[in-house]
Amino acid sequence: MKVLVALKRVADPDNANKVKISPSGDAIETTGLEWKTNPFDEYGLEAALRLTENGKAPKKREGEVVVVTFAPKDAETTLRAALATGADRAIRVDANDAELDGRLIAHALKTIVDAEKPDVIILGKQAVDGDSNQVGQRLAELLDYPMATFAATIKEEDGALLVGREVDGGVLSLRVKLPAVVTVDLRIVAPTSVYSKHTEAGFKYNDGVRFAPLPAIMAAKKKPLDVKTLAEVAGGNQLSTKYVKFERPAQRAGGAKVKDVAELVQKLTTVSKVL
Amino acid sequence: MADALVIAELAEDGKVRKSTLHAITFAQRALPTLGGGFAILVLGANAKAAAAELTGFGASKVLACEDPAFKEYTAEQFTPTVAEVGKGFGLIVAAATSFGKDLLPRVAARLDAAYASDCSAVSGEGGKLVFKRPMFAGNAFGYCQLNTPIQVATARQSEFDAAAPSGGASPVESVTKAAVGAAASRVQFVSLEAVKSERPELTEASVIVSGGRALKEKFMEVLEPLADALGAALGASRAAVDAGYAPGDFQVGQTGKIVAPTLYFAIGISGAIQHIAGMKGSKVIVAINKDPDAPIFQLADYGLVADLFTAVPALITELKKRG
Repeated sequence: MKVLVALKRVADPDNANKVKISPSGDAIETTGLEWKTNPFDEYGLEAALRLTENGKAPKKREGEVVVVTFAPKDAETTLRAALATGADRAIRVDANDAELDGRLIAHALKTIVDAEKPDVIILGKQAVDGDSNQVGQRLAELLDYPMATFAATIKEEDGALLVGREVDGGVLSLRVKLPAVVTVDLRIVAPTSVYSKHTEAGFKYNDGVRFAPLPAIMAAKKKPLDVKTLAEVAGGNQLSTKYVKFERPAQRAGGAKVKDVAELVQKLTTVSKVL
Repeated sequence: MADALVIAELAEDGKVRKSTLHAITFAQRALPTLGGGFAILVLGANAKAAAAELTGFGASKVLACEDPAFKEYTAEQFTPTVAEVGKGFGLIVAAATSFGKDLLPRVAARLDAAYASDCSAVSGEGGKLVFKRPMFAGNAFGYCQLNTPIQVATARQSEFDAAAPSGGASPVESVTKAAVGAAASRVQFVSLEAVKSERPELTEASVIVSGGRALKEKFMEVLEPLADALGAALGASRAAVDAGYAPGDFQVGQTGKIVAPTLYFAIGISGAIQHIAGMKGSKVIVAINKDPDAPIFQLADYGLVADLFTAVPALITELKKRG
């Protein structure tokens, strides 16, 4: 199986409260925040690695994982980190965030899929900076592929994936024939969430995403990394979403204390009137 | 001048989901800028019956596309018809539920339209729609314009009241199902395992009781009676989920569920940024924690410094006194 995984680097989501708005209100500034791989994309990579190996013998790869990102050169560290955890090849499309929107990225990814012909394309359900949640769905439509969004479980079958989707009020199971697009939710990295055809039913992975051992980090420096221009893959597509201003959410006036539960219930009833 | 099209969402029993009424309100707020009216599109195996539920909300018409292929929802079956009907409109909207968030970006791609997700407001500027949407897990809001002939958006339910019936009777018209692409025959609905719970869904609940790692193995034992007393949904911090004290679908936070109830109880939750990102839109926040320096207290409208194992049962007793 060949899997294409789309990765985005984002400003450290654990410090997302430190993002600033420029004085003129026309930009979000993330200066001082470390770049991290979008958590949902990291989960997507972990799912791709599990789909392309025998879980019992993780070193035995049973397929290929190609990672792709749209970012400037310094984001190659994001790709190298993915290569270190087990991805085989990387593609960087040279672009700045300001040159991109969801529609354009979907068109560009389609060009890459047409060339790479993966069996599965895996993306995080959304990037935690823009929180747009659209590229996977758009890509599936452009390719006329079936899709399974917000995946919590994936089981490989012959020529298909059985995917448990996280939906409001439960888990919805879909069977998608390959090639297909999958976007992943956070539970995809639970110990029994993903089974390739090679991994024995009941096998338990470690919870969460895997970390790269030092030799793999060194070896990743030698793995292939291709660079493409945005014009090469985006065709004639232009931006269609324009942000005209940004603002901080209103600050909460918190900090008040109550002395006991009686006062709490009284305040909730008579002051806030929410009981 | 352009019209808006609201995509109705149906429940498993074929009835209209309330989320549809929130999407109607969103569409209504866009109308002064669009300059037209709004229609509603219902897709389902019994779409005409559902369409009849929606004739009293002031729509110019309710379009019903009834087909056995719509018995269960898949984006691959729904997209061609929604896009075909949507071609005649300037704005296509649905609620930002798992249905809307799955379907509408796919519809947008089919129409090569730009898409704004999870909008918390819509306004107009110079005759163009401006969509306000949360970014960075709610730590910033962006105002965006979509520069395509058709615009597509989903609306965050908690930010738009459910539309109230306005009287009148919108005509119901039948529309035919559009031809589907290859993708539709390569996806198969297998099952829906609904979470069996007497409690409201986290994303729809008006009261939420959330617990942190401090509850340890007593997570359910301590919090369930409080949730029962309040008719609340149960949530948890990531730390509580990671430690195995609460199931994964309880997680409230940046990578879990984003909630905005009227009343939110954070119990034994210190207030990591990851958690706060998911609940700070709540109207009233109550925090119970024995550490007076816990960051959650800076955010809480009412903080109670106490041992949760005694405070929670006392709170239940106090609530019951009210009757």
